[in-house]
Amino acid sequence: MADIISFFETGFANVGQFFERWFAKLYETFIATNMYTMIFDGLRNTLIITLGALAIGVLIGTVIAVVKYFAEDVRALRPLAAICNVYVTVIRGIPMTVLLLIFYYIIMKAAKDGVPVAIVAFGVNSGAYMAELIRSGLNAVDVGQMEAGRSLGLSKLQTMRKIIMPQAVRYILPAIGNEMIALLKETSVAGYVAIVDLTRALNLIRNNTFDAINTLGLCALIYLALTMLLTGLLGRMERRMAGND
Amino acid sequence: MIKVVNLQKSFKGTEVLKGMNVEINKGDVVCVIGPSGAGKSTFLRCLNMLEKPTGGHIIFEGDDLMDRRVNLDVHRQKMGMVFQQFNLFPHMTVLENMTCAPVMLKKKTKEEAEKKAMELLGRIGLADRAGSYPRQLSGGQKQRVAIVRALCMEPDVMLFDEPTSALDPEMVGEVLDVMKKLAAEGMTMVVVTHEMGFAREVSNRVLFLADGIIMEEGSPEQIFEHPQTERLKNFLAKVL
Repeated sequence: MADIISFFETGFANVGQFFERWFAKLYETFIATNMYTMIFDGLRNTLIITLGALAIGVLIGTVIAVVKYFAEDVRALRPLAAICNVYVTVIRGIPMTVLLLIFYYIIMKAAKDGVPVAIVAFGVNSGAYMAELIRSGLNAVDVGQMEAGRSLGLSKLQTMRKIIMPQAVRYILPAIGNEMIALLKETSVAGYVAIVDLTRALNLIRNNTFDAINTLGLCALIYLALTMLLTGLLGRMERRMAGND
Repeated sequence: MIKVVNLQKSFKGTEVLKGMNVEINKGDVVCVIGPSGAGKSTFLRCLNMLEKPTGGHIIFEGDDLMDRRVNLDVHRQKMGMVFQQFNLFPHMTVLENMTCAPVMLKKKTKEEAEKKAMELLGRIGLADRAGSYPRQLSGGQKQRVAIVRALCMEPDVMLFDEPTSALDPEMVGEVLDVMKKLAAEGMTMVVVTHEMGFAREVSNRVLFLADGIIMEEGSPEQIFEHPQTERLKNFLAKVL
């Protein structure tokens, strides 16, 4: 009996010791050196790049999708649609990291700060993928809707804006959410062009403190938490729209 | 009001309309009948250019819709259309369905459009459904709403593309009643239909389409009591 009690006592003592040592390590790695502020800066940059790129991506994707949607029966738009196709093909064929380096060292060489460059580069990349997502959403809306709008005298663009788009959003939004999650994780290569994003921040801390487990572990956990949060929000939004059918 | 001159339409080399000539005058109620595949719907959809004809002219209120310089959107405001599949806007209430086009095109203010819409809904007995969404309506109610949606633009002519073909039989009557009232009020109508009773009773002229041409044209009596061609006799024997 006494054995069992002493086992638990030493066991708890061991667990207690473990946590004590771990917290001490965490303090040493992140707090004592003020390194934690870098994490917030990194997280901020990651979110700024993700959201900025998402906005640019949705914009580019929508324009391309609408051009291609109308090019099916408007001959004058065909050359423009062909250009859009080239854009999509080229962008989808280039790895994101290479694209980022090209923007940073060639196209936007004059930019002093890497963040705007990353926003544009990730946005241009994302736009190519968004275009197809948005186009398939537009095509999922019954052709009779366009005909009904036009028969009332609405122009193509008016019908697109008021009739087709609001219905297509239901199909497009989940896909955009998934694209956003992919984008969030993809921005982790931003460190290639001297941006301190979340990944780079924690990797720098790792480099300074030689504490790989806690830095990289925390990095992974933050990404995981963010993607889980986005997935949850997305699910809620989808359920709300399904109810609105 | 509408003058169709040598209207032709091909789909990828298949000739669907092979040169049609017809004139639709103000106050006419023209029914278009004929076997399936004759080009009835294509003919109707060419009238407001939802289908682009490959040849000929559609003269509507003095303008040739085939002329590239003509603004089709403006002319379409004067041509209401009712579809077989209703094509109501599912994300809008009945009232919004009716008011969106007149308000967007600045034909009416929101208040005027809503007043007009409520008045029209009252006439078809659906005033209490103004706030409903299309999915909450029966097929017959949807089609009646589709008709008054088109009327909200105060068109000069109404085109009906098999308006009762997608309806359960017990709902056909309520839609035809609305159309009859409309005809009685003097609306110019072109109706593609399989409802021979309606064609005979309401129209003042019937077009029999077959093989991409207007094979016979005349008053309901002429068409239904004294058919001239074998094709029409055969067709009537099958449908009557």
